[in-house]
Amino acid sequence: MIVNRREAFVGRALLVLLMLITLVPFVSLFVTALHPSGTYPLGISWPASPQWGNFAAAFQAADMGALLLSSALIVVGVVPASLLLGTMAGYAFGNLRMRGHRAVFLLFVLGLTLPFEGILTPLYFQIRDLGLLNTRWAIILPLIGLFMPFSVLWMRAHFVNVPGELSEAASVDGASTWQQFWRIQVPLATPALTSLGILLFLWTWNQFLLAIVLVDDASKRTMAGALGAFQGQYGTDIPLLCAGAVLILAPTLAVFLIFQRRFVAALLQGSVKG
Amino acid sequence: MTTPTATSAVGGAAPTSGSRSAGPERPTRRPRRSGRGRWVGWLFVAPAFLVYAVFVLRPMAVSVQYSLYEWNGVAASTFVGLRNYANLFTDSTLYGSILNAFQLIVFFSFVPVTLGLLIATSIRQIAASKLAVVARTVLFLPQVIPLVAAGMVWSWLLSSTGFVNQALSWIGLGDVTRAWLGDFTFALPAVGVIGAWVLLGLCTLLLLSGITKIDPSLYEAARLDGAGPVREFFAITLPSLRQEIGVCVTVTVIAALASFDIIYISTQGGPGNETMVPGLQIYYLAFADREIGQASALGVALMVLVLAVVLPIQWLTKERDR
Repeated sequence: MIVNRREAFVGRALLVLLMLITLVPFVSLFVTALHPSGTYPLGISWPASPQWGNFAAAFQAADMGALLLSSALIVVGVVPASLLLGTMAGYAFGNLRMRGHRAVFLLFVLGLTLPFEGILTPLYFQIRDLGLLNTRWAIILPLIGLFMPFSVLWMRAHFVNVPGELSEAASVDGASTWQQFWRIQVPLATPALTSLGILLFLWTWNQFLLAIVLVDDASKRTMAGALGAFQGQYGTDIPLLCAGAVLILAPTLAVFLIFQRRFVAALLQGSVKG
Repeated sequence: MTTPTATSAVGGAAPTSGSRSAGPERPTRRPRRSGRGRWVGWLFVAPAFLVYAVFVLRPMAVSVQYSLYEWNGVAASTFVGLRNYANLFTDSTLYGSILNAFQLIVFFSFVPVTLGLLIATSIRQIAASKLAVVARTVLFLPQVIPLVAAGMVWSWLLSSTGFVNQALSWIGLGDVTRAWLGDFTFALPAVGVIGAWVLLGLCTLLLLSGITKIDPSLYEAARLDGAGPVREFFAITLPSLRQEIGVCVTVTVIAALASFDIIYISTQGGPGNETMVPGLQIYYLAFADREIGQASALGVALMVLVLAVVLPIQWLTKERDR
């Protein structure tokens, strides 16, 4: 490839600028969190004496331990179930292709672009009638349903590309459809499942709308929902609020940095397929 | 073992009837398998469909039902026909929220896609460098954090004592500083900037991954023919990226029309109704004003609106020659 030096330089400069723009809000958040509690710091400025204790104070004020546990419970409720149901349906649509599957598949596609706000009102009354308001089930069950179109489409896209000879060979060996699915198809689908799992984890952890509407008790919400409640409570104490936000962001950022390659790949694929 | 019939059955496009018609050639195995697969397949779909039907399809249908009534959620409801829909066209706060959402498309969609194209084009040649690898991680950070957090951080940045005003003062623009999110003229663009920040990195990386798939010899040929960067962009880059651009536009337009988190946390729709969007309006109508029917009508309108905008984009940008 012909690499033009001047163009390469412009490209580098642009890229650095773009990274700076991306990072400035994070820097601002962190620096502000170190200012004395209750002050109004001006822009981005390093405090005379950094108040590292703010993080401990925010940890206590936000009851971070309970929040982490709650978010983890919700993720455990949503992600494995969505993966299992999505994979089974994706396998049927992508591999078994029974008669009439197209019509039902289209019903799932219909839900792909659905704005959650569109069904928010009836969902509230439905959850209320089921007696689930203010429990974690109020977030878990609707989320499994709302993630289903994407999960099914994602897994179908995988199974459509699996060569049919595989199931042919297995059925010659006398394996039932169920055995084929568990012993052959699911192990082969691990990469697709991992990426889907990462996306579902992220979308569950960051879910805000359902959390604030269906669950009043902040300690039973997702991390994002709890952040909203935290702002309502400490909205006037900017440094403490920023410290709380840093703490609430920390787990996601840590998981992202550890699994960044998989994350980036999953997010890129995820938007293409979605 | 592998026969043409078997491959055509898994070729993606061939429906089940294809393998069924192949039955007579191999009476012992194929019909049984596809025959069994037919009903076993429904067992595989059933659990997913059940959850989807109960928690998505049912609320969708109920939304349409509610939208025809006036109901405060407690007392008896009155059938009002399409009046709640008529209100969407006559009540200025209701159609105002929809118009605001369309204005947000400029910031959430047009700005990130255009800038993303420019940046991706400029960094095409260094896409494999160390810097670009680091950039991939950094640019994804806004996608990983909750939108609420992005909204919170930016409310602070855009406040009267925030970094944006600080930076403006540094470069001698101290006169234009203001509390951006509280300003009647600038609140909506300011919210738009937050959305643009969240989506710019994603668009850039999506477009960049598309650009690196373009055959480099195309660019070399263009260079030899004396084409400058501008001609190169319009003749090679832009046409080859149709699919990626389609994806970016779809994702960002949905983000604009269905925006909620950022606005809830940064402006609550204010000042006045300057930054009110349908998502937030539905929330207020249903849970503050107790107008369940009106909230549902706006919800139905929002679902239809998203489909009406997204389907043409999909149709325009999908790969036709495949």
